[in-house]
Amino acid sequence: MSARSNKPHEIVERALELSRADGCVVIADEQSTANLRWAGNALTTNGVTRGRTLTVVATVGGKQGTASGVVSRAAVTADELEPLVRAAEAAARGAGPAEDAQALVAGVPESPDFKDAPAETSSAVFADFAPALGEAFARARAGGRELYGFANHELVSSYVGTSTGLRLRHDQPNGTLELNAKSPDRTRSAWAGRSTRDFKDVDPAALDAELAVRLGWAQRRIELPAGRYETLLPPTAVADLLIYQMWSASARDAAEGRTVFSKPGGGTRIGEKLTELPLTLRSDPNEPGLEASPFLLAHSSGDDQSVFDNGLPLSATEWIREGELNRLITSRHTAGLTGLPVSPAIGNIVLDGGEDKSLEEMVANTERGLLLTCLWYIREVDPATLLLTGLTRDGVYLVENGEVSGEVNNFRFNESPVSLLGRAVEAGRTEKTLPREWSDWFTRAAMPALRVPDFNMSSVSQGV
Amino acid sequence: MPHEVDQSFLALPLRALADAALARARALGAEHADFRFERVRSASWRLRDAKPSGSSDTTDLGYAVRVVHGGTWGFASGVDLSMDAAAKVASQAVAMAKLSAQVIKAAGSDERVELAGEPVHADRTWVSSYEIDPFTVPDEEKAGLLAEWSARLLAANGVNHVDASLLTVHENKFYADTAGTVTTQQRVRLHPQFTAVSVDESSGEFDSMRTIAPPVGRGWEYLTGQGWDWDSELEQIPELLAEKMRAPSVEAGLYDLVVDPSNLWLTIHESIGHATELDRALGYEAAYAGTSFATFDQLGKLRYGSELMNVTGDRTAEHGLATIGYDDEGVAGQSWDLVKDGTLVGYQLDRRIAKLTGFERSNGCAYADSPGHVPVQRMANVSLRPDPGGLATEDLIGGVDRGIYVVGDRSWSIDMQRYNFQFTGQRFFRIENGRIIGQLRDVAYQATTTDFWGSMAAVGGPQTYVLGGAFNCGKAQPGQVAAVSHGCPSALFKGVNILNTTQEAGR
Repeated sequence: MSARSNKPHEIVERALELSRADGCVVIADEQSTANLRWAGNALTTNGVTRGRTLTVVATVGGKQGTASGVVSRAAVTADELEPLVRAAEAAARGAGPAEDAQALVAGVPESPDFKDAPAETSSAVFADFAPALGEAFARARAGGRELYGFANHELVSSYVGTSTGLRLRHDQPNGTLELNAKSPDRTRSAWAGRSTRDFKDVDPAALDAELAVRLGWAQRRIELPAGRYETLLPPTAVADLLIYQMWSASARDAAEGRTVFSKPGGGTRIGEKLTELPLTLRSDPNEPGLEASPFLLAHSSGDDQSVFDNGLPLSATEWIREGELNRLITSRHTAGLTGLPVSPAIGNIVLDGGEDKSLEEMVANTERGLLLTCLWYIREVDPATLLLTGLTRDGVYLVENGEVSGEVNNFRFNESPVSLLGRAVEAGRTEKTLPREWSDWFTRAAMPALRVPDFNMSSVSQGV
Repeated sequence: MPHEVDQSFLALPLRALADAALARARALGAEHADFRFERVRSASWRLRDAKPSGSSDTTDLGYAVRVVHGGTWGFASGVDLSMDAAAKVASQAVAMAKLSAQVIKAAGSDERVELAGEPVHADRTWVSSYEIDPFTVPDEEKAGLLAEWSARLLAANGVNHVDASLLTVHENKFYADTAGTVTTQQRVRLHPQFTAVSVDESSGEFDSMRTIAPPVGRGWEYLTGQGWDWDSELEQIPELLAEKMRAPSVEAGLYDLVVDPSNLWLTIHESIGHATELDRALGYEAAYAGTSFATFDQLGKLRYGSELMNVTGDRTAEHGLATIGYDDEGVAGQSWDLVKDGTLVGYQLDRRIAKLTGFERSNGCAYADSPGHVPVQRMANVSLRPDPGGLATEDLIGGVDRGIYVVGDRSWSIDMQRYNFQFTGQRFFRIENGRIIGQLRDVAYQATTTDFWGSMAAVGGPQTYVLGGAFNCGKAQPGQVAAVSHGCPSALFKGVNILNTTQEAGR
């Protein structure tokens, strides 16, 4: 193989040329990552990686319908290209008719950078950050704090070609910084996180200073029992709850009567008012600072996504519009099944429509309530209500007369995001946030803080 | 007869790349270097209502070099199968170690990475115990069986929808280090699942019932009669679901629980498996997976549970998902005690943590889920030992006046120090005066780890023992998934707090 043919767009073209199937989609993902991890004011593990995964989707027509086969391989060499294409074709022939079969997408203009080399990250992304982190360790050590955390940067350049003529490319940077400060006896713990595209907008010293304040709040400890409390959920907690809600927003499942968005008697709850607050939950590939793929990328079919939809243009979608359920997630196939508009999932989530108030202002307006830092270990308990359980983590603070008066023990909660939206009495200013629980899978979110008058703290957790 | 390692894996330039990488790392002054080449093929099939709704077949292939250089870790991985590229990856790993050293220096830390010793295992091969590699079974046969079984469930009264899935994995690893250990291994595992859903359209109520067949380190023979009676389980699902739909909502309060192995494995995983990972207990996962209440200073002292509680860690159980010949640091698979007569007596270790805490040898728990990830301490098969003369499950139930028999796992959540947990299940049977009198709905059990294990009043006999487990245990940053098994008997727990989940939802 010549060096030239290692270019991703040429590999895509070559795989398409090799195809003998009725239809073919080829996705080349060029991925690079760099990460640093630390514990107790010292770096622990680290790494840089570079890889390519080629995914071939073959579609084969038959008497009973069109079947699809999907095969992905990392580190594909020239010799392996043809076997890979044949394997996808064999998989398609071995599968029954795919229920999500549709004509492959056509007529989308070629991405201008389709023939360009992939974008790449490396340890150089931490050139300024790493020394600043080292200084933060030194300051933390001097201040009696232990820092734990993780900085990760990834870049994926995805090249998509189809037998229907699409030639598309999307570069997705994805950076996360999590900083956790603990007292040396580990009885106090505080957390801050950021999502970033390039690590130029994150400052370890500033985050460490923020955590020092919170560890200071925790010097006064207040034990509270389980119960329902007025609670301020910060943006990260709201994001984690609403991301799970979005993952549970399949139109097909709702139409089949098996989710919180099913309507008794049949159909879905689209059109129903979920909250009296004028909140809009939306996704937009062009959201500033949270840019996500403007076309659909599906490496396999699933409940709400279809490999046949690869390349489908994505546009701004309002899932909840001014409090009213407006869209559920569909592929072209499930849109047809349910009679609902085509509205695939998009790689970011934004809740807005709250008042122009910071979390600090919301604290100042609180007579007595709990201020959370973030949520953890969120799992579904009952799909009928979308009841979720989980823990508070790294700081539950008691607010009295507009000020933090001390730190409270952690709690296990049992709550449904759908119910919370209905009970929230105040939403603050929307800001970019890192969803702590789901950041391995979903990092691009902007949320307001929410005030809930009766958040269900089901039991006390001794965990710190 | 045991299988041999696939020729297609052995034909890769494993040794040449290892030699190039290890030579470069040595030349650049690394105290230790290891080279790991992996090929992991994972395939999945999903069906909705007996029709194919998605499939994937993904092969990850590549290699990694990990070094200890100047007392600091460095790690890098690559995919280009040339000796030059392997040497370059080794250089990158050393460069990462140097970058780390700068940060460590700036922080004024004096912590150095050192590894516990391990005998050299020169040129060893190990293959897991299975009969038929699922990847040699034609796709038509796999999809056909899933469709037939789905259709069987779908045809039953009261079943409106059926979800089916099958995950299969074939994993090859080659490992070589500067001490001279060279291992080549192959493992196979799979996980079939079927869920029947019932919807009462008029009331809007719905519920589901899932098979409780565990994921296993076996081959396709698991679906054709070895290790599980699928016909029997599939036959029971519709009636169990119908009974659940009619069942009354549980009254919240304290109950005695007889917990079936199909549910108890997950409670063991969360409240013992993760809590006895020494890297967690020391704080290395503090910002992510969390720490442990079972801190190192309590080794040999902590009262974990009742005297009936004996828990082992092992990487040797046949068909276990964490079973290996050698771990990802070249340490041979072992078996050891974690909890003995109710007291904490051991931890899960890797070589660095073992050395740091004064153990002579690692017990072989290092694992990386892919060539692009660094090995971390991951869970062994952590299992509750049955009582050699213990009762059958029905006899455990027979001794309960007012209680619940819990079968199958569903929802799980536990705090970052592994104290407070909450679990649901597939089916909850009400026990009155030693007899089962139908199912209950909306049940969750919630407890603190040491209270729960302290309340264990009887452990079932070997006849109740089942090796359960999961494919999707998560840990570390960047996130890694690992498959792990947990064997356990049925067991009786006294006075456990039961929640009603509709009340929890405020309805």
